[in-house]
Amino acid sequence: MNADLSPTATSPLAHAPATTAPGTGDAAGSLLAADAPSVVQSIDWLAIAPPTLTALAALAVLVADLFLPAHRKRLLGYATLTALAAALAFLIPLRSGDRSTFCVTSGAQACSYTADHFTVVIQALVLGGAFLTVLLSLDDTRELPAGEYWFLLLASASGAALLPASRDLATLVVALEVASLPAFALVGIKRGDRRSSEAALKFFLSSVVATAVMLLGVSFVYAATGTLHLTEIADRLDDVSPVLDTLAKTGVALTLVGFAFKTAAAPFHFWVPDTYVGAPLPIAAYLSVVGKAVGFSGLILVTVIAFPSYADVWGPALAVLAALTMTVGNVAALRQNATRARSAVRLLAWSSVAQAGYLLVPIAAAAYSSDEQIGSTVAYALMYAVVNLGAFAVAALVARTHPGNRIADYRGLYATRPLAALALGFFLLCLAGLPPGIIGLFAKVTVFSAAVDAGLGWLAVVMAVNVVIALYYYLQWTAILFRTPDGAPEKTGAATGAPASAAPPRFRAPTPLTTAIVLTSAAGILLSGVPQAVLRFAAVSLF
Amino acid sequence: MTVIDISPSVMQFLLAFIVVAPLLGALAALLPAPPGLKGKNPDQAVLRHGVTVTGAVLVAAIVLAAGFDHDHPATMQATTDISWIPALDVRIHLGIDGISLPLLVLTALLTFLCALYSYFKLPAGPSPKALVALVLVLESGTLATFAVLDLLLFFLAFEMVLIPMYFLIARWGGDQRQAAAWKFILYTLLGSVVMLLGLLLIGLKSGTFDMVALATDNGRGLTTSVQVIAVLAIGLGLAVKTPMWPLHSWLPDAHTAAPTVGSVLLAGVLLKMGTYGFVRILLPVAPDGMRTFAPYLAAFAVVGIVYGSLACLALARTGAKGDLKRLIAYSSVGHMGFVLLGIATMTPTGVNGALFANIAHGLITGLLFFLVGAIKDRYGTADLDTLAGATGAALYGRAPRLGALLAFAAVASLGLPGLAGFWGEMLTLFGAYSPAEGLSRPAFRTFMAIGAFGTLLTAAYMLIVVRRVCMGEHAPHSRLSPEEQAPQTPDGSEPSGAAGSRPSGSAGSRTATTPQLADIHPYEAAAWTPLAALTVVAGLWPAVLLGLTDPAVQQLLAGGKS
Repeated sequence: MNADLSPTATSPLAHAPATTAPGTGDAAGSLLAADAPSVVQSIDWLAIAPPTLTALAALAVLVADLFLPAHRKRLLGYATLTALAAALAFLIPLRSGDRSTFCVTSGAQACSYTADHFTVVIQALVLGGAFLTVLLSLDDTRELPAGEYWFLLLASASGAALLPASRDLATLVVALEVASLPAFALVGIKRGDRRSSEAALKFFLSSVVATAVMLLGVSFVYAATGTLHLTEIADRLDDVSPVLDTLAKTGVALTLVGFAFKTAAAPFHFWVPDTYVGAPLPIAAYLSVVGKAVGFSGLILVTVIAFPSYADVWGPALAVLAALTMTVGNVAALRQNATRARSAVRLLAWSSVAQAGYLLVPIAAAAYSSDEQIGSTVAYALMYAVVNLGAFAVAALVARTHPGNRIADYRGLYATRPLAALALGFFLLCLAGLPPGIIGLFAKVTVFSAAVDAGLGWLAVVMAVNVVIALYYYLQWTAILFRTPDGAPEKTGAATGAPASAAPPRFRAPTPLTTAIVLTSAAGILLSGVPQAVLRFAAVSLF
Repeated sequence: MTVIDISPSVMQFLLAFIVVAPLLGALAALLPAPPGLKGKNPDQAVLRHGVTVTGAVLVAAIVLAAGFDHDHPATMQATTDISWIPALDVRIHLGIDGISLPLLVLTALLTFLCALYSYFKLPAGPSPKALVALVLVLESGTLATFAVLDLLLFFLAFEMVLIPMYFLIARWGGDQRQAAAWKFILYTLLGSVVMLLGLLLIGLKSGTFDMVALATDNGRGLTTSVQVIAVLAIGLGLAVKTPMWPLHSWLPDAHTAAPTVGSVLLAGVLLKMGTYGFVRILLPVAPDGMRTFAPYLAAFAVVGIVYGSLACLALARTGAKGDLKRLIAYSSVGHMGFVLLGIATMTPTGVNGALFANIAHGLITGLLFFLVGAIKDRYGTADLDTLAGATGAALYGRAPRLGALLAFAAVASLGLPGLAGFWGEMLTLFGAYSPAEGLSRPAFRTFMAIGAFGTLLTAAYMLIVVRRVCMGEHAPHSRLSPEEQAPQTPDGSEPSGAAGSRPSGSAGSRTATTPQLADIHPYEAAAWTPLAALTVVAGLWPAVLLGLTDPAVQQLLAGGKS
């Protein structure tokens, strides 16, 4: 596929042109293959540029932190921003989606790193999400250790960017851990904050359990098939010897359980609300978008690429999991008390659990029809990333004047900050899937159509009921934005002792935060006009 | 034959303008007024903006109707067909035929009248800026529902009205408005999500979301079981919106709580979206499934007719503390029952009758809600017992023109021959006398008999209402002479606070004397006359409407064969 594109894709960085996808008989490829059956794998540097650049930037930031005086630490944040923007820019030459590297040099065609369309899209999502997280945290890092914060964020982002490209189980597990380990530290980075430490511990324990279970599963699968490459596993699982059949089945099941933990699918979701509430707000946003994307891309890779022959096992399991996850998330979100401390983040946390349920639906559907259904998950994830980060950005803005971050604090936001209120209203309606959030509506439509297409009518009905439940709390929050504020607006700046520079009655929004809100709302509105921009992934095969 | 010749590209533009202009107007309403258009104050400027935009849309709709080729009402005209989301096969496909044109014009007219009415009589509540923007979004959604020819776009337009209507009720409504608004949006949303599943089922199984292609196909590409499931799912969503008994319970609450403008739009145009969906989507696209459910639909419809009438009778009784708005809402349930009965017969006669009753209900109930709103403003209450007192509210004596108009609307609503309400009910009953082939004749004749009995009940409660509101003892000169009443007939810019403070005084004094009330104001006359006039025109000259709908209905039922 795309063999004709490889000449245009050569760049100074790529010493050896990509060892292109299997079956391409173009001249350059065969020339190299004939060269020598060396065991040294060629590396396509351009293909691995996005995660590599992020990882290098992480190290650079950590080193630079040692030499920068305290009042210059702000520069680190901007350096992080630049590095992520550069990594995003490196995705542009990769958009044809035909590169792969770290391929085995003998025997079957199998590569450890593939930059196909799926990879590029998820990398764009992950790096873009990290970029917005940086914007959200630029003003929050005053209290936090800046160098470590940016290092951990970049390190986690590089792992998250590596994960969708991994095509063998070892790389997959390594990428997953590179993405998660810094995240534990990020959650617990608020030193001396009991809630933050507790959140980090909860997150750590549940994640380590997930990893352990997954590694056990991976080792079983390796034992049964003798390979770690996903495509090879798929081939060999077809004819596992009957002696090893149970082992293979157990391995598949355990690997999936591990990923279910990571995606916070019910019943493995219990860590989510406490972790989100305890973490710094930008990190909660990061976990809800990038953390989820990591779990989902891993789940997609193992189910669709490695275990297609067990589709009759994981298909129904994922369908049940999806139904359970969205129901648990929505019912819990419904029961949030608007006046309780941090209810806004808590609600967003539960809503993200529910949204994970919707994201699981097309993966389950892929078991019944074709891999193309995965595109619906990708399209939905893109919509969700933009909109959820936007909602967190407004929450971060409101949190500056109301550190309690209760939903009740949003009452009358329209009167004080009309544009922020309109933006949040738009984001919430997108999450609910109602006009004017057209992109949210159509993203839900693709998920529905994936379910209906696959004959999962019951799942579609469960999801329909859930959409209505979700509407209740999203719309309730939206309605609060436009209520008249109760009483006189209290002087919050002084009372809270917020680090903001002498807050006048009308507090000025910091520029990075405003930029984040503007970027996400612009993206949301643009996508509502041209839903095709993300929905096109729903109609094509991404692998 | 067209009234005026308009080139196709202009017709295309007009239809696109009708759908998009209110949306742009809504955005513009949120921005500050440009210099030169500021008016006396920002409130007045934004209300005038609303009148201008809805007026422009109405003019465009009338020109569109004039340029419509009345010789071929069955063909889609003024069509636009652009690809929008290729991934989902969603196309921006707009077009009108004889079925959608009257509804389009009705929507444009009612919204314009509402905007005009609010210009003079602003509903009590927060800033009118948001009110105008919401009404315009609502208009755009409703017009789009009638103009689009793509299933998913239809769904989008169908959903678009929910948020504006929710806020209209929740922010400008009366007592219990929060609960009523929630009930409204949760009921309709639950219905419409289920409808989405049905629409997707049809789209995925037949390979297209295009309504014209699907209607031409007439369900030949869909197996009966798919059709049955699709009709169940889509019908449920549409039935909630219509509303069909027993899914109607959101309607009385929503109407009672909604401001006058909201009630008029809710009854006048929003309910029509449900029945329009039945005619436009279910009848032609899934005829087999429809045939399966038609008897049940008809049964629910006649239960709705009788139930609505009985509920109204109960509310109209002395001592029942019946709210007039609630009563009219229940009467809507009854009237929409006739529309559903007509659709369930699946015959050209019945469906034509349903479409006629649709328009007639929009005109008459819109007028009734306007009148009840005006009565509520004057008396401070819409509670029938408080209004009527011991003998009656004596509207004939105290505000003769208002009383006469109310009586007119009431008799139009009960289906007096010569007025719009009559033809729709008669045709649906005719349709039920001989339903389409494959439907049980005895069953439908029973339904017809019950429906006919329902018209009697309708007449009974409407006449009770007229007697209790319009008649009664009236002592015009006992204490307050008409001259002293002059301050009570202010112009439209009367602050809304005054309306709220008056009831205690007038309620107390009315037991002894019955002061003269403000009769119809000029702006009220301007808003109501078109509705009354069209009620008469449609009653005396039904061919205007039937000539438009009949060929289109024939074609829909025949599946593009004729």
